[in-house]
Amino acid sequence: MEGGVAYEQGLNLKATELTLGLPGTGETEGQGGVRNNNKRPMPTSETNEEESQALKAADRGSTAPAAKLCRAQIVGWPPIRSYRKNSLQEKKDSEGEASGMYVKVSMDGAPYLRKIDLKVYRGYPELLKALEAMFKFAAGVYSEREGYKGSEYVPTYEDKDGDWMLVGDVPWDMFMSSCKRLRIMKGSEARGLGCGV
Amino acid sequence: MDLTPKQSIPAAESTRFPDEVLERVLTLLKSPKDRNAVSLVCKDWYTADSWSRRHVFIGNCYSVSPEIVARRFPRIRSVTLKGKPRFSDFNLVPDNWGADVHSWLLVFASGSPFLEELRLKRMRVTDGSLEFLALNFPNFRALSLLSCDGFSTSGLATVATHCKNLIELDIQENGIEDLSGEWLSCFPDNFSTLEVLNFSNLITDVNTEVLERLVSRCRSLKVLKLNRSSSLDCLHRLLTSAPQLTELGVGSFSQELTPQQHAELKHAFGFCKNLTVLSGFWDATALNLSAVYPACSGLSFLNLSYTALQSQELASLLPHCPCLRRLWVLDSVGDRGLEAVGANCPSLEEIRVFPTDPFDEDMLHTVTESGIVAVSQGCPKLHYILYFCRQMTNAAVATVVRNCPDFTHFRLCIMNPGQPDHTTNQPMDEAFGAVVKTCKKLKRLSISGLLTDLTFKYIGEYAKNLEALSVAFAGSSDLGMQYVMEGCSKLKKLEIRDCPFGNAALLSGLERYESMRSLWMSACNVTVDGCKALARQMPRLNVEVMKEEGSDDCKADKVYVYRTVAGPRRDAPPSVLTFSSL
Repeated sequence: MEGGVAYEQGLNLKATELTLGLPGTGETEGQGGVRNNNKRPMPTSETNEEESQALKAADRGSTAPAAKLCRAQIVGWPPIRSYRKNSLQEKKDSEGEASGMYVKVSMDGAPYLRKIDLKVYRGYPELLKALEAMFKFAAGVYSEREGYKGSEYVPTYEDKDGDWMLVGDVPWDMFMSSCKRLRIMKGSEARGLGCGV
Repeated sequence: MDLTPKQSIPAAESTRFPDEVLERVLTLLKSPKDRNAVSLVCKDWYTADSWSRRHVFIGNCYSVSPEIVARRFPRIRSVTLKGKPRFSDFNLVPDNWGADVHSWLLVFASGSPFLEELRLKRMRVTDGSLEFLALNFPNFRALSLLSCDGFSTSGLATVATHCKNLIELDIQENGIEDLSGEWLSCFPDNFSTLEVLNFSNLITDVNTEVLERLVSRCRSLKVLKLNRSSSLDCLHRLLTSAPQLTELGVGSFSQELTPQQHAELKHAFGFCKNLTVLSGFWDATALNLSAVYPACSGLSFLNLSYTALQSQELASLLPHCPCLRRLWVLDSVGDRGLEAVGANCPSLEEIRVFPTDPFDEDMLHTVTESGIVAVSQGCPKLHYILYFCRQMTNAAVATVVRNCPDFTHFRLCIMNPGQPDHTTNQPMDEAFGAVVKTCKKLKRLSISGLLTDLTFKYIGEYAKNLEALSVAFAGSSDLGMQYVMEGCSKLKKLEIRDCPFGNAALLSGLERYESMRSLWMSACNVTVDGCKALARQMPRLNVEVMKEEGSDDCKADKVYVYRTVAGPRRDAPPSVLTFSSL
């Protein structure tokens, strides 16, 4: 009955530590975690295990994607009334066909995805700045002929036809309506993109 | 109000108000708290209050029986009843738990058939009950259902058909079975007394012609809240025929309008000089929103929490609402949107920021600690906040309460359970410490983030006016809950989930529970034995345990404790164990 866990001791589940930190922010972040109150094991799943293995392998410090799955499985949390939840759900369903507003962004080497709302950006420069800040890389300067010359990472996207394109090749509006998801590729792999499809 | 007998008159003839005079005076007292105080003065005053009480507020339907209420207050006209524990809103309470209104209606029908108003929150209401209500109370005129379930639109149809004097029909956020919009057509053709009509909860279409005729007949209509499927054309016509509205809930706001239609709608909004409350707005587009500007100059409450506005859209709208006192938005407006709030709403007293996507952890462009600080800087009168966010810092919360020390309601939900201050990695103890130390008038507090027993020590020591506390994923030991039970003498409602509080913590509140409305503890360390021990020692408490499937026999998965003069309830389903001292 007594002996709840002080927070310093409770966070011994390093493999599934939950944080919202950005990649590469080091070990100081990541002390936050779901309380281990020794009575309710956190729901785990296949993907959880794989991702935590990848984490250990990549020696990436403490950020973890496990939170994504765990939170969705906690009944009644966050505390939103069913009525409001259903309202938002209906909205999401009806919005599904709208021009790719929320897209996932992945980066080669990072074990988890981010998600951004394209509607928020007014053009490529803003989008690129945001991506660079989010993932801590430099895309370099875009030119139509040579793409992102000389950068280690290159922003690409998958369009409605399933093709992988270089970000910046098509007019912004066309990009907004055809972009399904973004991927920040290693420069070496991106060769061959952006030279005409 | 003191009754001091004059010394020159013998005791037997000491000054007394004739009963009629006393009752007349008492009818001027409206507040239930005042009325309760009056009834404790002496037997005469108790009797006078009983006969003259017109409105009864029952915060927990199981704290008293309908027979007791009807016997004590034979002439009530208006009843407010609340049923299930608040966590039923978040699916933590089984469907068949109870709080059925029918037994109340049966008793009132025989004892107080002059009932006029019924306001229910979190009660179970069947169509059968609605029909019974409509047929057995000839003077019935006001029905308000909030977060109730068990009924369908057919029930509404019987109310519309039979309640000839209806002035209020307020259907909000219910688990209603929405079969059709036919119910609206059940109001008789000559029916014209409606003053409040709120059907924003409903999804099915109502007949727009019927609606428009009804609205134009009801010249006293003040509150009209449409549902999502109501079109802008319909809205335009309604506004033109009902410019006297004070509260308006629009339908969906996404329809594409021609410039002509837009101008006409805007013109119609211009007629509505008395609007103080505006809500609805599912899927509003920026362009359409601008049509409401002419109606915003007197607006005091704006509810935009069903449409994901961007910061710029909010920033364009707010300068048109200089008198705004309450604002509800989604976090899509971002910190920039909240800066606009701080810059444009100097009279703001309440803000609620709901999450657009509560289950998506990757979302960027939501609100952070900067947003809440920006609001506090521009809105010194702020006293109510509900804030869902994904990150927070101790320093930001301290700044917020320094800017706005008058908080009465402080509800912060950091959505990732057990998350620390994201800049210092410390627990959020100091944040809530700052809140309780600074905000002396604090009545309601909801805490979140990584929290140790220190938070509770602060709460017990400083939050002396606290009446409602909501706790999740917090605390380190039984001490946490003990601090609160010992220190918060005015506590009325305590809800706890997923905390390491056990039987010692539960029993530490022995002295407190009879002065509280209720206690909820779920996913804590309390056992059935602990609950039995509590029940044994406190005969005037009902101690109920909701068992989950497959859990250990000795674990008390969900515990609900409340004071009552009605004894253990007899309508509990098999999954709810009731313990009493018997």
